Amino acid sequence: MAILGAINPMLSLGLDGDNAWRLADYVNRGGYSALRRILEGKIAQGDVINEVKKSVLRGRGGAGFPTGLKWSFMPRSFPGDKYVVCNSDEGEPGTFKDRDILRYNPHAVIEGMIIAGYAMGASRGYNYIHGEVWEVYQRFEEALAEARSACMLGNNILNSDFDFDLFAHHGYGAYICGEETALLESIEGKKGQPRFKPPFPASFGLYGKPTTINNTETFASIPYIINLGGEAYLEAGKANNGGTKLFSVSGHVNRPGNYEIPLGTPFATLLDMAGGMRGGRKLKACIPGGSSAPVLPAAAIMDCTMDYDSISKAGSMLGSGAVIVMDETTCMVRALERLAFFYFEESCGQCTPCREGTNWLYKVIHRIENGKGRQEDLDLLGSVTTNIMGRTICALGDAASMPVQSFVKHFRDEFAYHIEHKKCLVPVDVQRAGSGFFTATI
Amino acid sequence: MLTSESLKRIDREIAKYPVDQKQSAVMASLAIAQEEQGWLSSDAIEFVANYLGMAPIAAYEVASFYNMYDLKPVGKYKLSVCTNLPCMLSGGVDAGEYLKKKLGIDYNETTADGLITLKEGECMGACGDAPVVIVNNRRMCSWMNPEQIDKLLAELK
Amino acid sequence: MEIEIDGKVANVPDGSTIMDAAQQLGTYIPHFCYHKKLSIAASCRMCLVQVEKAPKPLPACATPVTNGMKVFTHSDLAIKAQKGVMEFLLINHPLDCPICDQGGECQLQDLAVGYGDGNSRFQEDKRVVFLKEVGPLISMQEMARCIHCTRCVRFGQEIAGIMELGVANRNMHSEIMTFVGRSIDSELSGNMIDLCPVGALTSKPFRYSARSWELSRRKSISPHDSIGANLSVQIKNNRVMRVLPRENDDVNECWISDKDRFSYEALNSPVRLTRPMVRVDGVLQEVEWNVALDYVAHALKDIAAKDGGSSIASLASPHSTLEELYLLQKLTRALGSGSVDFRPRRCDFSNDGKLAGIPWLGMRLSEIKELDAVLVVGSFLRKDHPLFAQRLRQVAKKCGKISLLSVVQDDPLIKLHAGISVRPDELPIILASVVKAAAQLKNEAVPAGLENVVPCEASQAIAKSLFVGERSAIFLGNVAEQSPYAASLHALTMELARLTNAKFGFIGEAANSAGGYLAKATPTALNANEMFAQPQKAYILLGVEPELDCHNPQQAVDSLKSAALVVVLTSFSDLAARDYADVLLPIAAYTETSGTFINTEGRVQSFNGISRPIGETRPAWKVLRVLGNLLDQSGFDYESSEDVRSEMLSPGEGFVIGLNNSLRRAAWSLPEVASGLQRIADVPIYFTDPLVRRASALQKTNDASMPMARMSALTFEATGVTEGAKVRLKQGNGEVVLISKVDDTVPVGCVRVAAAHPSTAALGEMYGSINVERA
Ligand SMILES: Cc1cc2nc3c(=O)[nH]c(=O)nc-3n(C[C@H](O)[C@H](O)[C@H](O)COP(=O)(O)O)c2cc1C
Ligand code: SF4
Ligand code: FES
Repeated sequence: MAILGAINPMLSLGLDGDNAWRLADYVNRGGYSALRRILEGKIAQGDVINEVKKSVLRGRGGAGFPTGLKWSFMPRSFPGDKYVVCNSDEGEPGTFKDRDILRYNPHAVIEGMIIAGYAMGASRGYNYIHGEVWEVYQRFEEALAEARSACMLGNNILNSDFDFDLFAHHGYGAYICGEETALLESIEGKKGQPRFKPPFPASFGLYGKPTTINNTETFASIPYIINLGGEAYLEAGKANNGGTKLFSVSGHVNRPGNYEIPLGTPFATLLDMAGGMRGGRKLKACIPGGSSAPVLPAAAIMDCTMDYDSISKAGSMLGSGAVIVMDETTCMVRALERLAFFYFEESCGQCTPCREGTNWLYKVIHRIENGKGRQEDLDLLGSVTTNIMGRTICALGDAASMPVQSFVKHFRDEFAYHIEHKKCLVPVDVQRAGSGFFTATI
Repeated sequence: MLTSESLKRIDREIAKYPVDQKQSAVMASLAIAQEEQGWLSSDAIEFVANYLGMAPIAAYEVASFYNMYDLKPVGKYKLSVCTNLPCMLSGGVDAGEYLKKKLGIDYNETTADGLITLKEGECMGACGDAPVVIVNNRRMCSWMNPEQIDKLLAELK
Repeated sequence: MEIEIDGKVANVPDGSTIMDAAQQLGTYIPHFCYHKKLSIAASCRMCLVQVEKAPKPLPACATPVTNGMKVFTHSDLAIKAQKGVMEFLLINHPLDCPICDQGGECQLQDLAVGYGDGNSRFQEDKRVVFLKEVGPLISMQEMARCIHCTRCVRFGQEIAGIMELGVANRNMHSEIMTFVGRSIDSELSGNMIDLCPVGALTSKPFRYSARSWELSRRKSISPHDSIGANLSVQIKNNRVMRVLPRENDDVNECWISDKDRFSYEALNSPVRLTRPMVRVDGVLQEVEWNVALDYVAHALKDIAAKDGGSSIASLASPHSTLEELYLLQKLTRALGSGSVDFRPRRCDFSNDGKLAGIPWLGMRLSEIKELDAVLVVGSFLRKDHPLFAQRLRQVAKKCGKISLLSVVQDDPLIKLHAGISVRPDELPIILASVVKAAAQLKNEAVPAGLENVVPCEASQAIAKSLFVGERSAIFLGNVAEQSPYAASLHALTMELARLTNAKFGFIGEAANSAGGYLAKATPTALNANEMFAQPQKAYILLGVEPELDCHNPQQAVDSLKSAALVVVLTSFSDLAARDYADVLLPIAAYTETSGTFINTEGRVQSFNGISRPIGETRPAWKVLRVLGNLLDQSGFDYESSEDVRSEMLSPGEGFVIGLNNSLRRAAWSLPEVASGLQRIADVPIYFTDPLVRRASALQKTNDASMPMARMSALTFEATGVTEGAKVRLKQGNGEVVLISKVDDTVPVGCVRVAAAHPSTAALGEMYGSINVERA
């Protein structure tokens, strides 16, 4: 069980047993009652969408777009194939919540997707699962089989005339497939290269058909919203930030793991839940929403509450809710070098600014880290990121640029020191000690 | 080219998609071929392409885009260590260094006995369990401190 | 939709992009990946422009116009974005413009001048990209120059219909390549060289032979297939160095086939015939023109006097110009013979007296894109007519229903509605079954003679498709024209067109397949088959190589060998005809003479000579004119080829008058299906005419590889020959030995053996019976 703590939990409530992921366990926890209520009560599609709108559930995949609004874009009464697609391609460094949802509560995702299919008039769904979490993919297939044999999937679900089937598709190692249109290309059997938008998936999605894509956690929240009612769900969080959310806490804390807390909970509370700083060391910086979000220095993050608005006011993004905690043993140049390598490596390569720019950024930062930096490099990094941002097909260009800009902005002295002294401000053995790998040597 | 068992698995994947969208099964089919043969030779890629009715170069585009496909032979066990930032903060890079030293190889190399290939991986969506090592794309090993790594290496023979 | 670009207002239809609107206004927006004939990639990002109210610059190529939109292509924001992209494009691009083959015509170079910054801020090592080997036509030696616009990849997928190039890997390591080093085999591949905006894909035959600014560009028309692709022929020191497409949306759009593009190599080949030759004491010897012409005139006069003018026969290549064909028939008729023809690959001429007009496509090429349904009868579509097939491919993409009824299941790379392949002798029956199905669908009486035909499911589907939608068409291909049942196929097609209200026509075998009729190069006595079936005293051959171009080369060569006089007007010296020719007269190739081709839609396309005839060669129309003079015929006093043309066409006539595919007294008969093996003879794409046969790079392609005897596995079983073994093929008194190959696209009971190839020249009829035995 890797959901290590919670305040007023919904998604992670009652997941303690070994078989929590099984259909029977889910049903005991009230699972599939939302779907049953909708289908048996013949609740209108529009009413389901309205309930989701009222909950102010914001997409848990990163962009935080209101889910109800997204669903209302689907041409739900047009005849023809339509799809709902779940984005479980969790690859954003620092994010590992969807894996646990699929491991311990897969039926919530399945139920959420069926309800979404019903609300948007789609009869087929795919769940795209990150390639590296193979066990999760297998378990999800098993959960699908359970749901199918319980008549929750297939034709005429619960004797309601509603048909919906759902399949799992696994990735095979490409971060970019988390981007929704790259994900669609990938399901179509191609390279995961994002599409230019417009047209948006709601009009031209999977196989060119209307499609809605949501994150795993977003779908998993749907049954809880239907059961609780939209308004109550909203109140569980904070205004404009409905509900609870899973936060993946990683890095220099004593208990890295997932925590479910109401949106609006203070960062300090979350840090406490995660056991506080490793070795009692001092917080240096935190990336609050996955590696693509701008880094915040300790003082700034300590003032935040964990919700979309507060983090954004502080100059970063809540993103996927991945909280990467760094203490004073961290070399910010080295940290940025690793992220820059990631974005270079994961650029799909189709658009010029991203393909060339991410490589350029990495090469310059790599040079600085290796003692070959030049004074003009910091301005160069700034200029290259400006030339990437807002000029690419998908948001990976921005995602690659924001860490660079924020690291250099908040820790410029450390970069300058690196360039001038050809070495790090934080001694190497201190850096090593921070990881806690060689416990014996600390 | 592939065993009937693999073909059956591929057929099951094809059935997940609309009838005129066989190509959708290419990722799964390549993964199955790789699982059976240890790596993806161009013959295997072409076989899968023909099986799914797509151009061989289109299948190659896929095989070369996703980094869990091995277009060159690898050892019996392929160990991928995540060294991305969240893992690095909790020992991912150190675990990689430890493995390198233990195995006497660098990243992207294979031990002389052909047993183990070491790879540097990207975020595996398991940063809370850092350090993480994946064996043959399938088995994820969490909290890989020195003793755990030693245990794993002892087991992989 | 009203849109303002840099203050200028345009009105564009809904669904247009900013780029469309800019082009309408004549405003240039820099771009690389955008191409008007390809799908939108929006990946190079060179076309970023500022749009009012948009916070970020937007790609003009992909951004749809909204009403009242205001676009700025030169604002600070736009220029900054464009310069940023240019910098990114250049950081990994080699700075080798001075030695780059694309120098002077490189879009990157052109734009870099305006947008690039003098010195680079990129101080790191540049990307290394390895060269690729992809066959004799395209060079991929310098792939580091590639800017990843993916035009070449999209061309393959969308226009050529086959994905041979792809982008492997990802990120900065993305590379354009073929599957494990395979060659690029598409018959349209050269267009990728044109599409490549930089010097990554270059022409292998042209590379480094000239700099673009040394070339003078002249207009011409392709002498190969019936499309009449418009060409820009580029010359240096009187030598054709390169051939590129000249855009004409109504004809070839912006494409040409590889045959159109690379055949020029034959113009400069060492086997050009440069001096007249006359057989003296059994040996061909070089002589002066006046000697040769005198010899010919005297010899013809003698024969006419002794055996009668009617014992002289003339055969021309359908790749000859209108003027050449006209003068040849005029001369032949002046000598007293009506035995003249320009259709050497035909064998069934029984409709000749019934034609209501000049056979043609039945519509304009530009109308093809509006078709809802098409049936092609008897064609190796893709290889016979690359650009025509390309147009049909686009129709299929827009959900038009294309069906193909032919003799082998060659993949046309078109999504087919229905495809039927049958033995050649079953072609009339299967077409008849479509006719019958159409009559039934229309509730009309079953046409005469079709009572016993039973339409199969596919025939019914084809018939049905021709009724759906507004516009449908039926096209007869080369197989249909070369078939022993050509007349019946024509008549049945006419009936089918009547029933379904479709247009119908002929795709046309060659550059002047329609023109030959206008030139009256059609027989009033013996046709192309009869003139060899009944040996004649004298033959005049214009641009034909009978052993490769005739329906029954065996028969043709036998008659030529027994003739008293064979005069050959040719551009080449390496002819099999040296065995039997008495005179060889060197004539100019298409770039060296003025002339006219009438393409299959009846379009009149005249062209000028653009380089001096090589050696002592002369334009054929002049040679024929002088012969007319020497034979004391009146009416041969032409000053120019225009004078000749004006006897057939009034000045400024864009399309020929009198195009008509109807038959008077149309009739068909359905042949008994023969027992025994039948030959199916394709004409390989790079053996269609004397020019391509000698184009060296084309001859190295896979399409030019040695013919094999192809049979289905079942046929192999029946013949008892081991698959892959050498086989002896016999027709009439000739035999050849070829390697055999299993090919299940060939109908059972047939052997596919190419015609037009030296290795099969000893054989007989293209669609006759044939024997196969172990060699
Ligand atoms: C480079 C990139 C990577 C992304 N990765 C993920 C991901 O791993 N998981 C995810 O749910 N969304 C990811 N997204 C966001 C998706 O594009 C999309 O916005 C999201 O799946 C929508 O779901 P939601 O509205 O439920 O958040 C990514 C976006 C980008 C640009
Ligand atoms: S921004 Fe990067 S990842 Fe996104 S489409 Fe462009 S090249 Fe691909
Ligand atoms: S031309 Fe618009 S992005 Fe390339």
